[in-house]
Amino acid sequence: MVEVFEDAAVSEAAYVEEVMPSIYLPTVAKIIKVRTETEMEKVFTVRLPGGRPLGHAPGQFVMVSLPGIGEAPISVMSSPSRTHETFELCIRRVGNLTNSLHKLLPGDDIGIRGPFARGFPMDVFKKKDVIVAAGGLGLAPARSFIDEILDNRDDYGRLIVLYGARNPSEILFRDELRKWRMRDDIDLLVTVDRPDESWVGHIGVITRLFPRVEINPAKAMAVTIGPPIMYRFVTVELLGKGLSPDQIWMSFERRMKCGVGKCGHCQVNYRYSCQEGPSWTYAEALAFEEAL
Amino acid sequence: MSLYVLAKEKLTGFVEALQPNFRVVGPVRTQHGYAFDDITDAAQLELIYPTTILPPKKYFLPQRETLFKFHTDSDEQGSRRMKMEPVFQDVQPTVIFGVHTCDMNGILLYDRMFETGYQDEHYIARREQTYVIGVECLSPCDDASFCKDMGTLTAPPVYDLHITEVDGLYLVDTGSEKGEQLLLKYAEVKMATTEDIRQLGQSLSSKWPRFRHRLKMGKDQLPSLLTINYGANTWDELGAKCLACGSCTSVCPTCFCFDVQDEVDISMEDGERFRQWDSCQLYEFALVAGGHNFRDSKASRIRHRFMRKAKYNQQVHGLIGCTGCGRCERACLAHIAIPTTLNALYEETQIDAGR
Repeated sequence: MVEVFEDAAVSEAAYVEEVMPSIYLPTVAKIIKVRTETEMEKVFTVRLPGGRPLGHAPGQFVMVSLPGIGEAPISVMSSPSRTHETFELCIRRVGNLTNSLHKLLPGDDIGIRGPFARGFPMDVFKKKDVIVAAGGLGLAPARSFIDEILDNRDDYGRLIVLYGARNPSEILFRDELRKWRMRDDIDLLVTVDRPDESWVGHIGVITRLFPRVEINPAKAMAVTIGPPIMYRFVTVELLGKGLSPDQIWMSFERRMKCGVGKCGHCQVNYRYSCQEGPSWTYAEALAFEEAL
Repeated sequence: MSLYVLAKEKLTGFVEALQPNFRVVGPVRTQHGYAFDDITDAAQLELIYPTTILPPKKYFLPQRETLFKFHTDSDEQGSRRMKMEPVFQDVQPTVIFGVHTCDMNGILLYDRMFETGYQDEHYIARREQTYVIGVECLSPCDDASFCKDMGTLTAPPVYDLHITEVDGLYLVDTGSEKGEQLLLKYAEVKMATTEDIRQLGQSLSSKWPRFRHRLKMGKDQLPSLLTINYGANTWDELGAKCLACGSCTSVCPTCFCFDVQDEVDISMEDGERFRQWDSCQLYEFALVAGGHNFRDSKASRIRHRFMRKAKYNQQVHGLIGCTGCGRCERACLAHIAIPTTLNALYEETQIDAGR
């Protein structure tokens, strides 16, 4: 008979030392670069130990930690096609943690767990015309998706990017937008709700851009990422263009405490946004209560 | 597995033999009712007891648990440095005596939850070090319980040992090899005879009439009942009564949601990240960045709790998320009860169907 009782007395110390990892333990990564994007947002370039690749898909997030302050999910903004030894996070200063993150400098340590969740399944967009509708900070995860398409341009059809910001000073990635505007393989339209004197572009909420784009619904797929309120109106526009609910992908942001499908905070009906989301089709979302 | 006989008066000896080697816990009488607590004196242990205040989940998912300790400071260049070391709190050989069949069903759901998908090593480490000794419920233990309706009146396969009282004897079923070794090493038992087994069968089958039904429908009907009643007025009525205190989820043997927080000591350099029980009944639970709340009314939060219990858990884990233990009904300051609510929904649906 096997004697188990000596084994049974494995101490806590032995667990820590020998075998047990912890899904909740962040990896210590390093900040390589910090760029001020707007008054509210900074872009952080992060390097994992040994420069190992993050291995994420567009639309996935990492849990970002500052011990003593907390942890929060942040979408990865760089595309897998451009993420090798480092990756980028665009962080808006809204609370304790993000305000503290904004004080960090190159050379500082930062805690990273992930990537988590299901990203956008790139295969379903291949050979299709792709419409991206991004609102506010939603352009950060959208950028990961857009760059992935731009770097594998021949695999996809047309690329139409609609971006809405509240006012001109909140527009993210201006350099990027300028480059996209120069290319003839991407149609970019930007609008702001509240223009200032300098603004000469489109005015109004993102839905105002839809009448300006021609879409062939037979070969189109859409991705929309933004604040919860935006989805209701954007889906109406996309459906009006002839897209069906399963041609519309959206990202469901929730508060996530664990990122690994345990803590319950991000639950949308019976599914965990941090696991089976955050990207779902509108058709899937319609089957959930409280999703939108 | 095998069946053994433990004379009733030998139970104390079993507990005493375990005590030097294990943390031994079980239901004990307290000022406010029964509670699972450390057994310091073997005579404290009672195997016939009304539902405890908290289920034994506290031994698997402590109310507050350290996940890791950290240290942060600055190097010579002034850059922020951090070190983190995981903590596996309360990992110690533990024997839990006297777990009711409803609570074993709670453990079954916990096992599915924490061992599926990403492995929760903190849970698993404790679970592996714990021996569950169940006790068969031969008579109803509490007015608020409705275990018979929820199908939790029999022991699921989570126990290491399971005790059934038969005619002044304890018949002990072994559910795992480690359970059997525990029994043989620390208790004075003999193999059950054919006659013992016959009596056990009789005892088990004769217990059913003693338990009453409280639900007007079968548990298999619950997911569809809740689907149909998503928009029912009942939720608003309950929302008006509910105090959003979260007591129901605290005492629930299947609730496992938690919050994660950091705490630093006075040096501002050392601290820990911990998790603690959280409740979907609290306002902040479904609040997201930007201030939007997906369940800002009490009605929507109560409905979510019922949906999780009787539908969503079934969809994810194949198990109903309610064990019928009745603790939430007893803990509720507004007297909201699961059976009463489900019956009201059922009645309403019947009326609607007849229209």
